[in-house]
Amino acid sequence: MKKLKIILPFLILLVWQVLSFKKVLPSYKIPSPLEIIDALKTLIIVGLPSGYRLHGHALESLLRVGYGFVMATGLGVPLGIFMGWSKNFRQLITPLIEVVRPIPPLAWIPIAIIWLGIGIKSASFIIFLGAFFPILLNTVAGVLSVDPILIEASKTLGAKDKHILLKVLFPGAMPNIFTGLRIGMGIGWMTLVAAEFTGVKSGYGLGYLIMIARDVQRPDEIVAGMIVIGLIGYFLDGIFRLYEARVLKWR
Amino acid sequence: MKEPELEIVHLSKMFTSADGSSITALKDINLRVENGKFVSMIGPSGCGKTTLLRIIAGLEDSSEGKVLLDGEEINEPGHHVGLVFQEYALFPWRTVLENVEFGLEIKGISKKERRERALQYIITIGLEGFEDKYPKELSSGMKQRVGIARTLINKPKVLLMDEPFGSLDDQTRNNLQTHLLRIWAEAKKTILFVTHNIDEAIFLGQTIICLSPRPGTARKILKVDLNYPRDRTDLEFNRYRKELQDFFRTEMEWSVG
Repeated sequence: MKKLKIILPFLILLVWQVLSFKKVLPSYKIPSPLEIIDALKTLIIVGLPSGYRLHGHALESLLRVGYGFVMATGLGVPLGIFMGWSKNFRQLITPLIEVVRPIPPLAWIPIAIIWLGIGIKSASFIIFLGAFFPILLNTVAGVLSVDPILIEASKTLGAKDKHILLKVLFPGAMPNIFTGLRIGMGIGWMTLVAAEFTGVKSGYGLGYLIMIARDVQRPDEIVAGMIVIGLIGYFLDGIFRLYEARVLKWR
Repeated sequence: MKEPELEIVHLSKMFTSADGSSITALKDINLRVENGKFVSMIGPSGCGKTTLLRIIAGLEDSSEGKVLLDGEEINEPGHHVGLVFQEYALFPWRTVLENVEFGLEIKGISKKERRERALQYIITIGLEGFEDKYPKELSSGMKQRVGIARTLINKPKVLLMDEPFGSLDDQTRNNLQTHLLRIWAEAKKTILFVTHNIDEAIFLGQTIICLSPRPGTARKILKVDLNYPRDRTDLEFNRYRKELQDFFRTEMEWSVG
């Protein structure tokens, strides 16, 4: 089983390559693995447009996601803890959130451009919207999952409201907060490409790269860009999982 | 005249049930517990003993009457009245050391000092070497030791214990009872110990308060004239056991053995 897990991706690539070679899969629709590797090399060395190399695209995208994600965390976690703590506040604000939440981040693009112009601000704002709600709602769920007896125990040990928020509810909600951060990062990263399709004018960004590759009709570079997005997303989630295992070793 | 440490005056508690009718959980409880006394409180489930402890701890309001500590009314929870929970209620994300030092952290005592003091208490409860373990790594008996140390470090005037050894096996329970008596002898704390176990009530308490249910009232107060450490197989011990069993048999159907 473990061997199969390692062999399977290679097997798929092999079959894919053979099908491409036999012209079952036409390369103008689906490029072969070897063509994609070539395109990847070109993107790394030459870049697209020429001079705009892959690491530059990746860094710019990471920066945009980073901004959006940090904002979503900075706002979502404290707000979520407060919502979990105060029933009145939660009941007051929940309808508002439930109306805004179903609006897809992409539907915000036009208004984001009017508000913030084309550029990193509007792109990060779109990513923020994608990441914010999972972080917020998981934090609320985390606070609600804290056993009330722990709050009572802390009170009998002299804790006041601020201690309860910081030393009981926040650490107690941590497992759910981490779930929210991971989902938020995943959705933020997925929103990135769409945000860059419309919200970017400078020459960097993985979504922007894919768009240029489409304009110059290079499916190999389109797919190469897609794979890079997938790999970075996988890598980011891996970092979170490692960190999560360390922080939550008490579970 | 010096005020008694803990005084409960005409205390009653009413709940409103789902259909809107009023249920009396506690009715006209009057108690005086002198400084440094060990009092057992015994009664079957439903007699309101947990509710009474929660009111004394300030976690719940009474409907009538009041609780006085050194003559001052208790209205909210705080570090003067410590409560040890049956479910331990340890913070699972904190190590043994971090659990024990929680109260000092709240008071803003420096990290170095609270570490030192917490370690002393960890030694007192016999958990030296376990200070960096998380609650999930401890046995039930160890967890309750941590629960006791976490409360004691605050130096509460009164220690309330809500069936703290209720879910432990007999051997561990007996061990912890002996241990608790040693801690009490050293710290000279007022302890109010709730249990539904007759044996435990006699083994620990200088005084036993018997509660009967529906509504919860203090029906009998018994002084235990036995020297510590007490012997469970002692003839005198058995006399108290019989007296309590007879009392509860005539009072109600006594469901716990």
